[in-house]
Amino acid sequence: MTSLFDAAVTASDAGEGRIAIKLRVNGQEREVSIDPRMTLLDYLRDVLHLTGTKKGCDHGQCGACTIHINGRRMNSCLALAAAHAGDEITTIEGLGTPGRLHPMQAAFLENDAYQCGYCTSGQIMSAVALLSEPCGASDDDVREFMSGNICRCGAYPNIIRAIQQVRRDQQKDAAPQPAGA
Amino acid sequence: MQTFDLVRASDRPAAIAAGAESATAQQGASVRFLAGGTTLIDLMKLGVERPERVVDINRLGLDEIRKAENGDLFVGATARNSDLAHHPLVRADYAALSQAILAGASTQLRNAATTAGNLLQRTRCMYFRDLASACNKRKPGSGCPAIAGANRMLAILGTSNACIANNPSDMAVAMLAYDAVVHVQGVAGGRQIPLADFYVLPGQRPDIETMLAPGELITHVTLPPPKTGERSVYLKLRDRASYEFALVSTAVAVTLADGKIANARFALGGVGARPWRVRKAEDVLRGSAPDERAFRNAADTCLDGARPQSHNGFKIELAKRCIVHAFKQVTS
Repeated sequence: MTSLFDAAVTASDAGEGRIAIKLRVNGQEREVSIDPRMTLLDYLRDVLHLTGTKKGCDHGQCGACTIHINGRRMNSCLALAAAHAGDEITTIEGLGTPGRLHPMQAAFLENDAYQCGYCTSGQIMSAVALLSEPCGASDDDVREFMSGNICRCGAYPNIIRAIQQVRRDQQKDAAPQPAGA
Repeated sequence: MQTFDLVRASDRPAAIAAGAESATAQQGASVRFLAGGTTLIDLMKLGVERPERVVDINRLGLDEIRKAENGDLFVGATARNSDLAHHPLVRADYAALSQAILAGASTQLRNAATTAGNLLQRTRCMYFRDLASACNKRKPGSGCPAIAGANRMLAILGTSNACIANNPSDMAVAMLAYDAVVHVQGVAGGRQIPLADFYVLPGQRPDIETMLAPGELITHVTLPPPKTGERSVYLKLRDRASYEFALVSTAVAVTLADGKIANARFALGGVGARPWRVRKAEDVLRGSAPDERAFRNAADTCLDGARPQSHNGFKIELAKRCIVHAFKQVTS
């Protein structure tokens, strides 16, 4: 059977039923041997101890586990870690640090865009990805694009406010400077 | 989750050969192709899907979206739903398809989910997803608790006394209205299956959902060239404004000439055992003035034979109003 498949992801010498793969997380390459059942979410939390990514429903319904894979947001609970060898994976830990926040993290703080905070890293990962998606300018457009992230505390109004603030700041930065300025 | 071998197919023949080792491509398959995983991994966690081997088909170059030489829209099997919905060709020529995809799931899911995976997504009937319940689709012969149970979301068309599950796809509804064709490759060669024939009605074997045989790999879907002057829209009615499956939805495409309907095609979602299209209902419209009476006539014909369950009788009238509203919107 092995000859039919890419040897890199067939069970080899990684141990009974395990798969040896290379994964790139937050710019760092990691060589791991994992059970094929392990999701990216469990791999990030339980193996790398990157616990900023949260497990909510574990079925792709709540968005708490949102990460970026090759720059696009996805639910890490519905991704098999072993199927993502070679992909560029970014978690909330790769976005900013306490001393050097990503503008979206700073805007969430400034706008009090959370209460319990459990969904927040997923909200921020979605919000950052949204900045480069074809999302319209209105609050309704942002609500629609953020509907895959559930907040049971109901912090939605401030989440929208934080996202819109970052978008406005970005537009200001991108706007051409007036002549003579 | 039951353990499995995870293999990455090096090329299409390898994937097909691996798939052909399963006795079935339907419920109970021992080999599954993995694309976006948004349905498969979910169902594997629930124990509804228990493949012994999972074949990753994500790196087989099946993700192209382009205009084919004959003018068809070519949509690769592993093209992501987001990429399809936002593709300039789709936005310009197949508006209802773009709208249908964006009306389904969330951005995260659409970024992972694929064309073929969307077509093959399974019903959201809660009894199917719950191993503690009987379900003829999951375990043939075990019974259908939905018929006497919670069936508000389920189907009113194409059902049987063995199964009343509905097909949850939005994308497939628009593709059906646009006369899509599914292209598959198997051990014995390739074949083309019109989407209208791709899904099998449940009858007494609701575990069999599609025409696919073991090893058959969907390589791409084609949509015929857009009709000149045709306008289309997707209208989805649901319990929430976003991120919710349809109670009823419709993809409608109309061409007008001299103030009359020259051609109309439409399909329904949320109400059928499969995405639902009735040619006779489209014939009713041909040559009519685009007014409420004509639309209502077409809607009545389309819903002919609808069989309500204890909690979803409202879907019949809702579906008719959905059709009329969408036609009004697209002809105004």
